Parts: sequence; structure tokens; C-alpha cells
Amino acid sequence: MMLIECPWCGPRNETEYGYGGEAHVAYPEDPHALTDDEWAKFLFYRKNTRGPLAERWVHSAGCRRWFNAIRDTTTYEFLAVYKPGTAQPISTTTAQAQGGTK
Amino acid sequence: MADLLPEHPEFLWRNPEPKSSYDAIIVGGGGHGLATAYYLAKNHGMTNIAVLERGWLAGGNMARNTTIIRSNYLWDESAGMYEKSLKLWEQLPEELEYDFLFSQRGVMNLAHTLGDVRESMRRVGANQLNGVDAEWITPEQVKELCPIINIGDDIRYPIMGATYQPRAGIAKHDHVAWAFARKCDEMGVDIIQNCEITGFLKDGNRVTGVKTSRGTIHAGKVALCAAGNSSTLAEQAGFDLPIQSHPLQALVSELNESVHPTVVMSNHVHVYVSQAHKGELVMGAGIDAYNGYGQRGAFHVIEEQMAAAVELFPIFGRAHVLRTWGGTVDTTMDASPIVSKTPIDQLYVNCGWGTGGFKGTPGAGFTLAHTIANDEPHELNAAFSIDRFETGHLIDEHGAAAVAH
Repeated sequence: MMLIECPWCGPRNETEYGYGGEAHVAYPEDPHALTDDEWAKFLFYRKNTRGPLAERWVHSAGCRRWFNAIRDTTTYEFLAVYKPGTAQPISTTTAQAQGGTK
Repeated sequence: MADLLPEHPEFLWRNPEPKSSYDAIIVGGGGHGLATAYYLAKNHGMTNIAVLERGWLAGGNMARNTTIIRSNYLWDESAGMYEKSLKLWEQLPEELEYDFLFSQRGVMNLAHTLGDVRESMRRVGANQLNGVDAEWITPEQVKELCPIINIGDDIRYPIMGATYQPRAGIAKHDHVAWAFARKCDEMGVDIIQNCEITGFLKDGNRVTGVKTSRGTIHAGKVALCAAGNSSTLAEQAGFDLPIQSHPLQALVSELNESVHPTVVMSNHVHVYVSQAHKGELVMGAGIDAYNGYGQRGAFHVIEEQMAAAVELFPIFGRAHVLRTWGGTVDTTMDASPIVSKTPIDQLYVNCGWGTGGFKGTPGAGFTLAHTIANDEPHELNAAFSIDRFETGHLIDEHGAAAVAH
């Protein structure tokens, strides 16, 4: 059981949260302009990073609000949590796989 | 001291040094990789091939699954693939000359709600049309087949019946891998352990070999059978896979007397239970929700499975958990595997089996070997191409496959 920090409520048990997969996947600006290949990429392809991954979580049994987190998919350690609309605090291409800011 | 020890039993396969080139290389020495090598050699006469394994043979999900084998899937494409696999399972102990304790003790999938009942009956109908042995059984028949189950209506989700596939069952997973490995070795296949892929050699859009921790190896064809690590390899090779890797846990109890004669799965309260030949109760359920490569998961996921198991089997309340563990499973958005050509010429991929890969071991090997040898899919895996995510011809087994995976 992980202790996950909700940016609004503070640290709560993992069981209070839901998982939303990769963060920062924007809806296509002009959906009609997309090819089938681009639609497939938008609908079905998500990063499957081994290491720090920017992803969405929702505090389902608490404030019920979504937020983003950077979590290492090999250690499961949360390196940062941040509110939607704010920039990624750690780059997931350069962040260290071990240790972190949080 | 060493001279006091008994002689080492005969090795089942050699441990050769990698050659500088092969006709085909299979990346991943788990069940699927070994089965692919076996059928390449046996059905297609390709024996100048190697299986490269990063760790040790069958040390990934092949060592971590709950060994359930069944073919009662809803959709035609899935029924074709999984039923072929089951038919191959039925031949393999004799063909591989190895008794790996394949036991067709039947699998039942419980229904706990009206929705479950309707879905189950529909699936039984579809199965029968596809030649899969499936039947709908009443709670009393469930109890007859598995006397320790609670069919009373004093639980949160009483059992309203089940689907039952008599030909389904379990097998001893590590022996399956060893059986394949021994036969592959006899046919001249090189099984190379401790050999990690670090990159791919390409000539234009065609793969020509792999770079490994044990040197560069050239190959006419390369196939990926790396389950949870498939997307990492695909990225190295230069294409994308619609795969998400998740932790999947399982556990065993201490050894018990024989109390559980079949395999019981429940999607709704979500646990599946069988009893291994030695006597451990073997249990598992769904993935941990987040992406993860850690080969471990959270205890609360186990706790929920145990709550479900104890409700269905009250006598388990006195059983003790002996071991829990986790693997890394490769899931797709439609809960169906990918056995396919790739955007790179002469590079093939088998992945996306999610939580249900063990049962598919021979089927995956059979169809992937055909795809590699002919550079065209077999009719059984043609629908399981990567293209389906673009064309929209998904094989949506989420919830349709008796349990979600």
C-alpha cells in the first residue's frame, strides 16, 4: 500500500485513488484532419515507459479531483505530484530513476 | 566436498555460445519464445535459429502464472486461437515426450448477477457454435463438481450458476518450458541465456540482426516474445506498440490435502482458484491498476482476492498464505494479443497476452512460427495484427472473455 500525496488533501492511502494512465495527452486540435493512423495513436497508444512516467491519478475516495504525478514505474516511487494545468515539475526524459524530489 | 555430491542430473539443453548469425532469432526465452522456436523447427524446418533470453530460461511470467488453460472466449477470432492452443496442449505431453502434469480437470466461470448469467449463456452459445466444449451449469451442479464451494444465498454475491469447460485445466508451468526447451535443443536450436538485447541492426527498413550483451548476432528474421518488456524492445527497434505493462500478482497457500478438484474463476468477485498437484491452493485475480515493471504489487490487491476466495470457499479461512509474487503483464486496449508482422521488414512480434498468456503458449508459438516462416500470418492470427488498432477491427474481449485481462 503506497502513501500518495493528493495536491489538495495531502497524503492518503493508495486505496483512495484511481489511476488514469499517461498524462498530458491532448485531444486533437482538429479531429477531422487526423488520418486513421493518427487516430489509432491518439486512442490506443500510450507511453509505456520503464522509469519516470508522467501520469494521471484521481482522488476517488477523497476530493474526487484529478491531478498529475511523476512516478517511477520500476520502483513505483512518486517523484512529484502536481495540479492539472501546471507544468511538469520534472522532465520525464531526464529525471533520475532512483530518488527524487518528494 | 564436490566429490561427495551426487552427480548432476543430465542437462535438458546445452548452453551454447552464440553463433555470429542465424536464420532467425527469437527474443525471449519464456514459454512463448520456446514454443515459437519449437514450431519453427518442427513445422517449418528452420533449425538454424536461436532463442535469446536476458535472464534465465522461463524465469519471467512463465514462472509466475497460475497455469490455467481454457478456450471459452466469446469472439470467433479468440475462440479460433485459444481452441487451437488447447488442441495443441492435448497433444503436447506425448509429442514432447514429457509428462508436464497437464490435467483437464475443467474450469468453471461463476455468474453472480443477472448480467453475469446473460453474458455467460451468450458465451456458452457462442462457444458451442465455435466447437468449444462449454455448458451452462446450475448452482447445484457447481456444488457437485466442487463440493467446498458455498452456493448459499447468505453471501454478498451468491452463485447463480456457471459456465463450465470440461476440457480446460492446468499444467505444471516450469515443466512445460523445460519440455519445449529439451525438444528445441534436440532439433538444434541454440538456447542462449544471460543474453540481453541492447539494440537492433537494420538495413533500411529491414532488420538484419541484434546487438546483445554477448555480442552482435546477425539474423535473417527476428521475433519478439518478451511480454511486459515488448514495448521497450519495439522502441529500440523503431516502432510503437499499443501495450501497457502492469503488475499482476498471484499467491499460493501452504500445502493442503486435496480439497479442490477443478478450477473456479469468478470475474465478479474476482478471484480464481485451483489446487496444484502438490497441494497448494493457487490463486490470482486482476492487475494492479498502475503501469509497473517492478514484478511486485500492492498487498491490498491480494487482500481483496482473499476476501473473495474466503467468501466462496469458507474453509479457506483456516488456510495460510505461503508465498505471493508478481509478474509484469503486457495488456492491450482490447484485451486481445498481438501476433503480427511489424512495420519493420522481417521483424515479428508476439505480445499483448495480458493476464492470459500461459494458456496461449502453444497457440502463440504455432501461429508466430507460421508468420515468421512465411512472412504472412496464419489464418488463426491474421486478425491479431497490430493494424487492427488503426482499422478498428478490434477483438474486444474485455469482459467478454469470461474474466477480464
